[in-house]
Parts: sequence; C-alpha cells; structure tokens
Amino acid sequence: MEILPDIASLINSTLRISTPLIFAAMAGLFAERSGVIDFGLEGKMLAAAFVAAVGSYYFGSPWLGLILAMIACVSLSMLHGFASVTHKGDQVVSCVAINILMIGLTTALAAAWFGQAGLTPTLTDEQRFLEITLPFADALRDIPIIGIIYSDILSGHYVFVYLAYLCVPIVFWIVFKTSFGLRLRAVGENPSAVDTAGINVFTMRYKALMINGVLISFAGAHLSTAVNANFFREMSAGRGYLALAALIFGKWHPKTALIACLLFGFTDALQIRLQGVELPAIGTIPVQLIQAIPYVLTVVLLAGFVGKAIAPNAIGQPYVKER
Amino acid sequence: MVSPILELKNINKSFGHVQANKNINLTIKKGTIHGIIGENGAGKSTLMSIVYGLYQADTGSINVSGKEIKLRSPRDSIESGIGMVHQHFMLVENFTVIENIVLGFEGEFVFGKKLEKAKEDLQKLCETYKLNIDLDSVISDLSVGFRQRVEILKSLYRGAEIFILDEPTGVLTPQEVDELFKILRSLKEEGKTIVLITHKLNEIMDLTSEVSVMRQGEVVGHTKTTDTNKEKLAEMMVGRSVLLRLNKTEAKLGDVVFKVENLTVKDDLDVTRVKNVNFEIRSGEILGLAGVTGNGQTELLEALSGIRNVESGAIYLNDEKISDKDNLLDPRELKEKGLAHVPEDRQRMGLVTDFKAYENLIFGYHDQEPYSKSSILRDGDILSFSKKVMEEYDVRPRSPQLITSNFSGGNQQKIILSRELNENPKILLVGQPTRGVDIGAIEFIHQRLIDMRDKGAAILLVSVELDEVLSLSDRILVMFDGNIVGERVNKDVTDRDLGLLMAGVA
Repeated sequence: MEILPDIASLINSTLRISTPLIFAAMAGLFAERSGVIDFGLEGKMLAAAFVAAVGSYYFGSPWLGLILAMIACVSLSMLHGFASVTHKGDQVVSCVAINILMIGLTTALAAAWFGQAGLTPTLTDEQRFLEITLPFADALRDIPIIGIIYSDILSGHYVFVYLAYLCVPIVFWIVFKTSFGLRLRAVGENPSAVDTAGINVFTMRYKALMINGVLISFAGAHLSTAVNANFFREMSAGRGYLALAALIFGKWHPKTALIACLLFGFTDALQIRLQGVELPAIGTIPVQLIQAIPYVLTVVLLAGFVGKAIAPNAIGQPYVKER
Repeated sequence: MVSPILELKNINKSFGHVQANKNINLTIKKGTIHGIIGENGAGKSTLMSIVYGLYQADTGSINVSGKEIKLRSPRDSIESGIGMVHQHFMLVENFTVIENIVLGFEGEFVFGKKLEKAKEDLQKLCETYKLNIDLDSVISDLSVGFRQRVEILKSLYRGAEIFILDEPTGVLTPQEVDELFKILRSLKEEGKTIVLITHKLNEIMDLTSEVSVMRQGEVVGHTKTTDTNKEKLAEMMVGRSVLLRLNKTEAKLGDVVFKVENLTVKDDLDVTRVKNVNFEIRSGEILGLAGVTGNGQTELLEALSGIRNVESGAIYLNDEKISDKDNLLDPRELKEKGLAHVPEDRQRMGLVTDFKAYENLIFGYHDQEPYSKSSILRDGDILSFSKKVMEEYDVRPRSPQLITSNFSGGNQQKIILSRELNENPKILLVGQPTRGVDIGAIEFIHQRLIDMRDKGAAILLVSVELDEVLSLSDRILVMFDGNIVGERVNKDVTDRDLGLLMAGVA
C-alpha cells in the first residue's frame, strides 16, 4: 500500500506541470489553425510571467497582474500579426525576434526596476495565487481510493490548473462546433476559399492571434504568481517550445495535444522523482541525464512515432490575393 | 425595356504599370449564357474578379438589374446575387461538402438547427439541378468534376442569379464537360444568367447565345453566337487570321526509334504511378498520350527523360538500352544520344525564369562550341545565335537580354522549343506544349512539331488537351491510373471514345 501515495503525488505533479504546456499548446492551436506559425509562445510566456509578477507586486492583486499579462501578450501577438499577417513578413523570423527580445527585455527591466538582474521581488500571499483546497477534501481523505483521487490528486491545485483542464473542452467546442471555428480552420487550410466566401482573412487571423495572446498569458502567470512567488530569468525554460512540439505531436487537435502535454508533464514529474534515486546495479543516475528525458522524448516522438503530422495547409504563408 | 442583369461601364484596372482592363463596357442580358473569350492574359479573369469583388476597379461602375452596386469585397457581390466558380476551386479540401458551402453563411454561432435546415435546402437544390452530391463527403475524396459541382451548389445556396465560370472545362474529361454543360443549361432554364469565361472556341459555339471577345485588356467585339463562327472569333481574339486546321500530311513511318518495355515508375511518396507500360515510337511519327491530369503522365515523362528512377522495366533508344532499374542515363547523356525534352512545367523545369533569354536559349548546350570555348562562355556568339533563333521562332519581343519571366507563356515555350529542336533530336518528348499559350503561338508550335516529324523525328506528345492530341498525333495512347488503357490510330477515333477511356470506364 506504500506505493499508492507515491503514484498519487506523481499524478498530482503531472497535472500541475502540464498546466502551462496546455495553455501554450491551446494558444498555439488558435494561431496555427489560422495559418500563422507561432514559434513565439516561449517569448510570450516569459513576458506574461514577468508582467504578472511585476503587476501583482505593484498593485497587490494577482488578478490585476494577470490582466496586465494578458494585455502584454495580446500586444505581442498583435505585433506578430502586424509583421507576418499585414506586412506578410516571415513568420518564423518574427517569432524568433519576439523570443529574443523578451529574454533580454525581462532581464533588463528587472535589473532597472528592482536592481537585481532578472529577478523580481518575492510576492506575499496576498499578491499571488494560492492553492485551492476543494470542499470536503479533508473530510473525504480517509475513504479508500476516492479519498486519494479527490483529496490528494484533484484538490490543492492553483486556479490555473483547473482552468487549463476546463479550457481544453472549450477550445474543442469552439474549434469544431461553432461558425468561428469553421472559419478559423478554413483560413488555415485555404484562405482563398475564405476570402471568396466574403470573410476577411486578415481579421480572422488577428482574432485568432488575440485569443492566442490571452491563453498564453495564463501560462506565464501560472509560473510567476502561482507555482513560484517571483519572476526569474528565463523561467519559461523551453516550455513554449515543448508546447509547440506537443501541438504538432497532437496533430493540431485539442484532445491529442492535451494527451501530448500530459505525457511531457508526466516525464517531467517522473524526472523530478527519479533524481537521486539509487537504482540497483546502476547506482545513481546523473541528474542532467534524467532532466534530459522530456526533451529526448520530444525528439524521439516527433522524429519517429508521430507518423506524418499534417499541418494546416496554408500554415506559414502570408495571404496574398492571386494576381 | 428591361434593364440588363449585369452592366459594366468604363471599367479600368491597372496592376503597377500593366493595364489589365481598359475602358470595359459590357452588357449581359438576364437568362442568357454569355461567353467571354480571349487569350491568356487578355484580362478576362481580372475583369470577372472585379465583378466578384476580389479586386476593386480603378474607375467605372457596375450595375446589377439597373441598380449601381459598390463592390468592396466578395460579400457585396454575393449579396447582389453574383456567384463565381473559380478556375482553381475555392474549397477547403479536408472539409465536408456542407461545411464548405455554409462557410461564411453559417447563420448562427453554434451549429444546430440552421445547419439541419441548410442541409434540407441543399438536398432540394441538388435534386432540382440533378447535381447528385453527397453533402457529407469530404472534398479530397471527390473527383474534379464533382468539386466543380460543389462550387456551383455553393453559389446556388448563396442565392446567386448570375454565375461566372472561369475556364470551367480546363480540368475536366469530355464526359464531365458534357455533364457540366447539362447543368449549365438547366440553370439557364431556371432563369439564371451564366457568364462563361474561356479560351476554347468550341465551348462558345456549343453553349452561348452571345459572346464578347477580349484582347489585351479591351473588349474588341461583341456578337450573337449565331452570327459568327470559330474562324472569325479566333481572328478577333488574336488580331489576325489564324489557321485552325494544321497542314498535316500522312506520316511517313520509319524504324522503331524508341521503345518502352514493362516500365513501372514510383513517385516521391513511393506510390506506383506508372504501371507496366509498353509502347514504341517510329521515326516520323507523333504518338499522342492522352489522359486526365495526374494519371501517371508526369512520372512517365520524367522517367523517360532521365529525371526519375525506373522501378522496373527498360527504355530503349535505337535498340540500345538507355535505362532500367540499375542503370539510368542522366539527362545530359540522353541529350548526347539524341533525346530532347520539352517538360510539362516550363517555368519550373524548362527554364530558369530569372535568367536572360539568351542564357535559357543555350542552357544545357552551353558547354559546347560555339557557345563556349575552354569553359568560357562566348557572349558575342551566343547573342548573335540567339537573335537568329528568336527571329526564326518569332519570339517576341526579340530581346535576348530580357529576363525570361518577362516573356509571355507562349514566347517562353518558344524559347524552350527552339533550344530543344535546334539539335535535331531523334526522339522528342513534349509535355503540355501549349498549356497557357495563346492561339497564335499554338498554331506556330503545332506546325513546328509537325515539321520535326516530317524531318524524321519520333515524337511523344503528352497533353491533357484532347483537341491537341487529336490534331497532332498519328497514333494515340490513353493513360488511366498508370496504365495504358487503350491505343487508337488517329484516323478512326472520336472524342467520345477517348473520353470514355480517359475516365477509365471503357
């Protein structure tokens, strides 16, 4: 019976670690389904983490910090749209610019405002999101199985964790059951068809990017005002790229992208567990090797197991009316 | 007097320095099928894109049923009752038929009752016009002919009264063309108006009651179809008289020059596209290869010209094996053995479009005398050669220094043709020689091919234009799904016969 709490805590951390990946993957899904590559998830996540931490610190409310992070991320998405949709620039270049700019800008601003390179002040409990204990969690703890599932796995997460898992079915519903979703998918597959149906291709892509900005801001705020109590340099740590990999692995579909995010989250959780564990015959595995697991998995999955991931047909192509 | 359903007044449109439409005035009567004919680049498609709201005219006005309309986007024209079936279909391939049709006109944010209603309406329209479309099938599973019907249904559903069809038959088999014409006639019977844009004279004569001719951005003529004939129309299109019938004598067949034995070829995705094909060509003979696009002709041509590997089987030139699975001569070696190739896609494979004309005129032969000596190009000799050849092949403008992409399709094709024919090849492989080429140049290119044949060359002509295959070939093979499904001597063959073979039903 000793193994059960271990498994419970592993699942618990998987749910938590997957959260920013899920937001980022869903954000990427909107952009890429509309035909705009979003390589800039990483930079936007970083920007959101920074703005959320600073906003919460100044205004004393993590919700205000979140709103400011949203504004920042939507602005960055609009910038990406301005460069790559309106001016038909190279989408990857625009994303890389955002990523590099955000690494530098967050570090520099933190240094300028708080005197510490790449660090923001620690937030008090009022200034950050706290773990939510679900009702009756303590009372139900002693019931076998259900107690573990409810009290140890489902209860005690930050608000973002619940939002993330709520977000996936909503995204699915929007993308596949509404007229907006139909137009979104069409504009990423064949923008000419959308144009000739009397819908503005550019407006559609901007709308998608706006949703993209809102969703990615949750991922950043989760990092700096929930899981941690401050922003630190490059705290997104490649999660934006990992989420993009999950999106591709999930073939641009919310359900499979969720599974991919959970898989990455799980290997990360496992990785943390395995650190320092002595294995018989082998001994302690070097930490670096274990930490590499999620990334190695990404490469292996993308290279081999996914099969052909068929991207939206018009992805990466600025829309130009035929001449 | 009833006002015409569509009236264009003084439409002008320029793209940069190019004036695509000049002072266009056009009147289209309700309930007619009105043809607009003109060569590629005459401005037909631009004009219709203006009517559909995709481009905005620089000046001029458009009236629908006597009322002036402002067209800022396709939405405006759809609301005015204009529908367009584009040359390249505007369909999302991985959507179902119904998803494509309601796109932009869903009527509600969340799919529900209205979609059910749309389905009923569409089913009724399908029955009325005998369209026979399964609304839930995915576009990528449909044949080209059916995709086109989806486009027609889409316009019908959006309430179109005027249907603009831009080169609708370019991608269809003869049977599909017949079906399309039936549908168009039934639309007309229901009181709809149809504008048919085409460069094919037969279609105008078959289907339309009135015809307008465009040349170089202007409407140069307008007449009742019954008052004109193909020769007159062709003359109006080109601006001079054109020979529609070729000077072609009986072929004088020589020995077998080229032989293909059990040839199988795969494409880049490892799909077998050419299946166990056999044929031979004699000197002094044009062998036509007919078929709908994508039935293996491209891969066959690539394998024969040494660009693509052979999976099994062999190719012989003058009884010498030139290619099989283990051994493939490259295009240069083939060239030296007397094989010339005019590729299907001239801009991608036939030319370096960013190069100057004189460079393309010798490309592939550039390392031979007199074009180069000791690996150094001799510009003077090349230029004087180029001028001579451009004169001979009537390439316009005659400026060897001009960048190739600035030449029209027909003149680009002449550049390739002159280069390939100049060495007097024993075997000539020609793919889509007149695709996107104007009538005047078609006449010229066809005559050149006949002349080559009479000089004793063996020619393989691959074309999706049935008329072209019929008018040039001495013998015709039909390819369907990678197989040669039929062989006919050109004397005793009909469109219909070939059409059935092309569709894979005979």
